[in-house]
Amino acid sequence: MRRRLLASSRNLPVFVTLGLFILMFGLGSIAFPGFFAVQNFLNLFIDNSYLLILAVGMTFVIISGGIDLSVGSVLALSGMVTASLLEKAHMSPLFVIPIVLLMGTALGLFMGYLIQTFDLPPFIITLAGLYLARGLCYVVSLFTIAVQDPFFQAVAHAQANIIGNNFLSPGALIAIVVVLIGFFISRYTKFGRTVYAIGGSEQSALLMGLPVASTKMAIYALSGFCSALGGIVFTFYTLSGYGLNGSGMELDTIAAVVIGGTLLTGGVGNLFGTLLGVLVYGIIQVLIVFQGTLNSWWTRIVIGFLVFVFCLLQRLFEARKGATTIGQGIARRTAQASAGK
Amino acid sequence: MTEEIPVLSMKRITKVFPGVKALSTVDFRLFKSEVHAIMGQNGAGKSTLVKVLTGVHQQDSGEILLEGRPIRPDSPLAARKLGISTVYQEINLCPNLSVAENIFAGRQPIRFGRIDWKEMARRSEEILKRLNLVIDVTQILSSYSIAIQQLVAIARVLDISSKILILDEPTSSLDETEVEQLFKVIRSLRNEGLAIIFITHFLDQTYQIADRITVLKNGEFVGEFRTETLPKLDLIAKMLGKELSEFNYAVEKDQRKRPLAFADKDAKNVLTVKDLGLRGSIAPFDLHLNEGEVLGLAGLLGSGRTEMARLIFGIDGANQGEIQVKGKKAAIKSPQSAMMAGMGFCSEDRKNEGIFLDLTVRENIILALQAKNGIFKYITTRKQLEIADEMIKSLAIMTPSANNRAGQLSGGNQQKVMLARWLATSPIVLILDEPTRGIDVGAKLEIMELILDLSRQGMGVIFISSEFEEVVRCSSRIAVLRDKVKVAELDGENISEASIMHTIAGGN
Amino acid sequence: MISWKSLRRSNILWPLIALGVLLLFNLFFTPHFFRLEIKEGHLFGNLIDILKNGAPIMLLSIGMTLVIATHGIDISVGSVVAVSAGAVAILIGGDLAGNPKYPIAVAMIAALLVCTAAGMWNGMLVSRVRMQPIIATLILFVAGRGIAMLFTNSLQLWLYAKPFAILGQGYVLGLPFDIYIVAFVLLFTYLFTRRTAVGMFIEAVGINPTAARLSGINANNILFWVYTFSGLCAGIAGLIVCSTVMNADGNNAGRLFELDAILAVVLGGTSLNGGKFYLFGSVVGALIIQTLTTTIYAFGVPADVAPVVKAFVVWAVCLLQSQRFRSRIARVFVRREASA
Repeated sequence: MRRRLLASSRNLPVFVTLGLFILMFGLGSIAFPGFFAVQNFLNLFIDNSYLLILAVGMTFVIISGGIDLSVGSVLALSGMVTASLLEKAHMSPLFVIPIVLLMGTALGLFMGYLIQTFDLPPFIITLAGLYLARGLCYVVSLFTIAVQDPFFQAVAHAQANIIGNNFLSPGALIAIVVVLIGFFISRYTKFGRTVYAIGGSEQSALLMGLPVASTKMAIYALSGFCSALGGIVFTFYTLSGYGLNGSGMELDTIAAVVIGGTLLTGGVGNLFGTLLGVLVYGIIQVLIVFQGTLNSWWTRIVIGFLVFVFCLLQRLFEARKGATTIGQGIARRTAQASAGK
Repeated sequence: MTEEIPVLSMKRITKVFPGVKALSTVDFRLFKSEVHAIMGQNGAGKSTLVKVLTGVHQQDSGEILLEGRPIRPDSPLAARKLGISTVYQEINLCPNLSVAENIFAGRQPIRFGRIDWKEMARRSEEILKRLNLVIDVTQILSSYSIAIQQLVAIARVLDISSKILILDEPTSSLDETEVEQLFKVIRSLRNEGLAIIFITHFLDQTYQIADRITVLKNGEFVGEFRTETLPKLDLIAKMLGKELSEFNYAVEKDQRKRPLAFADKDAKNVLTVKDLGLRGSIAPFDLHLNEGEVLGLAGLLGSGRTEMARLIFGIDGANQGEIQVKGKKAAIKSPQSAMMAGMGFCSEDRKNEGIFLDLTVRENIILALQAKNGIFKYITTRKQLEIADEMIKSLAIMTPSANNRAGQLSGGNQQKVMLARWLATSPIVLILDEPTRGIDVGAKLEIMELILDLSRQGMGVIFISSEFEEVVRCSSRIAVLRDKVKVAELDGENISEASIMHTIAGGN
Repeated sequence: MISWKSLRRSNILWPLIALGVLLLFNLFFTPHFFRLEIKEGHLFGNLIDILKNGAPIMLLSIGMTLVIATHGIDISVGSVVAVSAGAVAILIGGDLAGNPKYPIAVAMIAALLVCTAAGMWNGMLVSRVRMQPIIATLILFVAGRGIAMLFTNSLQLWLYAKPFAILGQGYVLGLPFDIYIVAFVLLFTYLFTRRTAVGMFIEAVGINPTAARLSGINANNILFWVYTFSGLCAGIAGLIVCSTVMNADGNNAGRLFELDAILAVVLGGTSLNGGKFYLFGSVVGALIIQTLTTTIYAFGVPADVAPVVKAFVVWAVCLLQSQRFRSRIARVFVRREASA
């Protein structure tokens, strides 16, 4: 399998991302003292744990050829509901966490149902989901709710020591576990492979007898679950619920997934690339903080530029493989003629 | 094959859709170890019959017996479970997955709760060996040719379980070598005992591969024949519902109407192509075309005819050579500039490159003319209707009105609409790429008659067809292509199917 | 055949009916909804608010309609609105006495040029580089806000130059000034697309780009200019937004506008798959969205909760436009009739 990984040109984008990350980390280490530290690397996981979780769910959705614009808002809603149930209703985290996870999954499943059963465009349906979750945040509360629940407080300050004095937060650990589980699902389960099949050709997947309908709904449910889990982890991180949280996060998530080598057209992508994409996203922000003088909006511009470069690469890659609309005829015929000889 | 109980028996199948009787008491028998072709023109009911068998539709009356037991599959999945599998013309596999994964999609081998990739690869190689195919099963499907993808599709359905294998137009995208490869596989599967239904409109291939032929016409059963006892002309006659003598007469009549066999010395030159070529597409070639000439491009699939047309019309940019229209050098760098120079082009891929399904017939017809006029010289709706109605009449396009959606028209009429679009621009040179493909015999004759008409009116026509017979019938000269090279031109008495085939087959 | 005809006709009737239903609802349930007064020399009331507040989205939806008609999408318009606001604000300047750094007209034109350039950038990515529209416009979506904040130096820039306020706050003949802008742009776009061949070419490119090219249409040009035009519309909308509140907030200006614009186009009957487009339908769609929002405010529901209602409206509209949903409903009725 390793030979196949290296040999397959499809994996090239992931290696580009890896190279990019190493390059950035290297540049930072040279330019800024104190940058080259294990904790600095681990902080990437701690500070972006919620994004990583969101990105896992989003990766599955995008591989299947769809998109989920509601992830940021569901994250915020989950945080809001968590905070509200903990502080206003005084419920125990033991109940709150499963309830919130269920809520996110249910919303995702509902959207998946609409998309699949009535053949509706995912862009619009999840966009409405974004509206709904955002609005519901403010129905719960117009203002921030601080979380003082002891369990959450403990988790927020907990540190899991690994490699000497360096630590990871529970949120980061959860995120890593989610990535690993996601990787296993994508590579070793029928569900995961069906996702790829749907992304490659939904019609073929149907004709091959694959459970397309249930898989598609499950993908959105999974994304909803990840959004809710991301919201809970985010609450660990910020110890508050607030309606403006996660604003624009869906685009950050999509950007990270794209930078990680997943094609927005579907059918191609993997979780390892997504992990790298989130790390690249994280390291840009760290570089800017270390730089000190640049304002944080430069992050937006750099991310936008990276997305541009990666999409350009994907486009050139596709063009070389003869996937342009007009050139398709020639490429197909030439390939046939040469294969037939 | 011995006359035993047929493995499949469809009796008096009737299927009615709103407004159309697709099948009317049709019988069909299939035995083990045979290749059985179903033939008929468009509208004969071939695909409906297959859809009933594979569970897409259910018959209104009649019964289906599989190995003597009545069945009524209510979905493709149910049909597959019964052992009836289909491989369609569009390879219904996932191009982004590996060959092995495509074969085992949905039923991957599991070990310790996870997919066993090694086992999947091993078993895939075994299955493909049965079809005489040895390839790297871990590469993704789209890196292989259509011919190989098709064999993978066949391998998949066979492995799942098959008593009956249905092949729907399997050779449309294959070249001759690939067709022969496929036929070898089909024959060996047949000899193993498989019952195969083969749907095609290529007459020659039917005679090469089929043991038995069932002919349908207009939803009715015409007859079931052993291939060796049915001469080709008889088959065609039965498909057309004509008497043999009638058909012979038609051929003779056409011969007399053929365009000038010898180039009229006074005819003006409308198109000259010198040394036009594109690396990776086609070798540099020369062409010339005079007024009123029909230049046929003949060759096998993959010989470069469409590539030639696309270079002349500016769809693909040539990297050498020049084109002259009416004696003047023309810079053809896009379809737009080709059109402005007086050319027109009907693509072979009607659906994806020709017809705007959601626009009206009227809009489809005037679109190129409007593009020629530019943005500001808008053709008013009234004028559009005028032009469209005229075209509808002169080309006999069957549509309730010019304001109907083009997507509602049949294949043959859509082809005529495409033709109308370019005729409306009054081109000097008209390039037609496979205008008769995929339409019924009646419409085919109409279009060929039209080509002859156009040439009589002085238009220069370049005519591409895979049916040598058609090229012979319509052309005043024929350019023969082989393997992306123009090898020769035939004219006068040399215009015949035999000489085309000799030219292609013959050495350098 | 019959169902297709009524589908076509319904594409234009449906949004008007929806708007009518909303207005009817307000007629019965919202006190004083239709009241119009004359205050300070101009008309005043809920209906006027709808027209005024809806102007930016109406403008965006005009440009978006043409983009969607080519089977594309432009999700950068919200960020471009912010860019426009930021650009014009920085050129006018926040001088407390109201003296503009550059003449207001120059500032406005410069802002529009920047936004047109942004549109050209999108157009180039889609038509020359052949990127998928959602990906191509994603770039400006992400980066645009950064650029807007670059202009305003990440602060909210307050403006005091009075003449500039006319754009978003002025009234002519009793009606808000920005409505005239919308009417002008709408009329111009309608005439340009329907009295020339541009409209037909746009639809052809949306339905079948390959066939369009082969028919001699310069599809690349069409694509390039529709995205440019969308950028221009966003620029004009940005000027209005900035003028209405007299400040440019790079972070929040135009937030979620693209979604509203897309929704307006979809409500107006244009299909997301491209092809036939309906400019007036899109504007009606924008009015529907605005009326909905105003209705919600009139009921005392906090503004931030309005999206919840919008969500259900979107889902309902999508279902109603879905062929599969309609067949299912039809089957339910047929069964009822059969059993009755």
